[in-house]
Amino acid sequence: MSSGTVTADQARTLIGERFSGSTVEGTTALTVTVTPDAWLPFATFAKETLGCRFFSFLSANDWKDEGLEVVAKVDNTDTNLAILVKSRLGAGVTTCASLVPVYRGANWMERECYDMFGIRFEGHPDLRRILLQDDWVGHPLLKSYSVDTPYPPYR
Amino acid sequence: MAIKGPVPQIPVPVWRNFKDLQEWETLHQKRPEGDQHSKAFDAVTEGIHSFPGGFLVTTVADNFFNWARKSSVWPVTFGLACCAIEMMATFASRFDIERLGMVPWASPRHSDLMIVSGTVTIKMAPMLKRIYDQMPDPKWAVSMGSCANSGGPFRHGYHVVKGVDRIIPVDVYVPGCPPPPESLLNGLLLLQDQISHFRRTGKRADPNPKED
Repeated sequence: MSSGTVTADQARTLIGERFSGSTVEGTTALTVTVTPDAWLPFATFAKETLGCRFFSFLSANDWKDEGLEVVAKVDNTDTNLAILVKSRLGAGVTTCASLVPVYRGANWMERECYDMFGIRFEGHPDLRRILLQDDWVGHPLLKSYSVDTPYPPYR
Repeated sequence: MAIKGPVPQIPVPVWRNFKDLQEWETLHQKRPEGDQHSKAFDAVTEGIHSFPGGFLVTTVADNFFNWARKSSVWPVTFGLACCAIEMMATFASRFDIERLGMVPWASPRHSDLMIVSGTVTIKMAPMLKRIYDQMPDPKWAVSMGSCANSGGPFRHGYHVVKGVDRIIPVDVYVPGCPPPPESLLNGLLLLQDQISHFRRTGKRADPNPKED
């Protein structure tokens, strides 16, 4: 079985064999929840074994007391296999492994994620703010960031 | 039968009680009162004006300059967001502002008018201020659309300037989201009306030029 022809059913079996601590949902578009330790290994596995060579996006959720959750979607465009990977970082944790060694497209996505949520991706080659200016204080998409945070004299 | 509770007395809204309006009064930029020209020019004009019959010369010259300025307002092409699409439609042949003497010009050095068309983000604000500063005096600014007027739907976003009048003084506010070309044209005509009273006694016109 070559990596270019993995279907969703085969992918579910492969993921269950390889990552025992993960949960898989969905039939055609898979939603995989992995532990933070398995974040980078799963990306490597998805690219090399499942053939998901297209990195769609990377973002995050803020679940307040339960901590942050990183979300990424990778696609196998040959077999229409779409995998949404999620990982709860845990309360108070703001570090995560970077996917740039596997997917180069993750570079700017992780910079944006750092900009908006303050997640420090370890192993990222150039982790700076990408949308907001460099002297911005705080990370605005966190739930703890007030919408009326002053920024004199503009707001 | 249910007994209705007392009807809550809603107080009449007092204009001064709105926090946003108080903010506006403290933060919005005002035009300087007079025109900016040299002391020597002022002295010569004053001399001619106080000379017997000299007022004829100064008033005619003022009217001439006002007419010339109002007939060749060149807006700098400065589009920020979707309002810029309506602005381009106003510039283009259907609504054709060149018949009003307005030539959209791609250099702030040769422009008299800045149409702030769209959301001003905090990141864009220094650039907007710089372009405005590069325009030669006398210059005008039209705030186009809700975003430039007050922040609009993005007013409570983390990244939006709550009205462009916190950065530059604004002459005409055009409401709308986005304003159609007719609205913008109306605003530009109002601006022309204001400019036509610009150099009477060397002061800026009142906010409502019709009463001048």
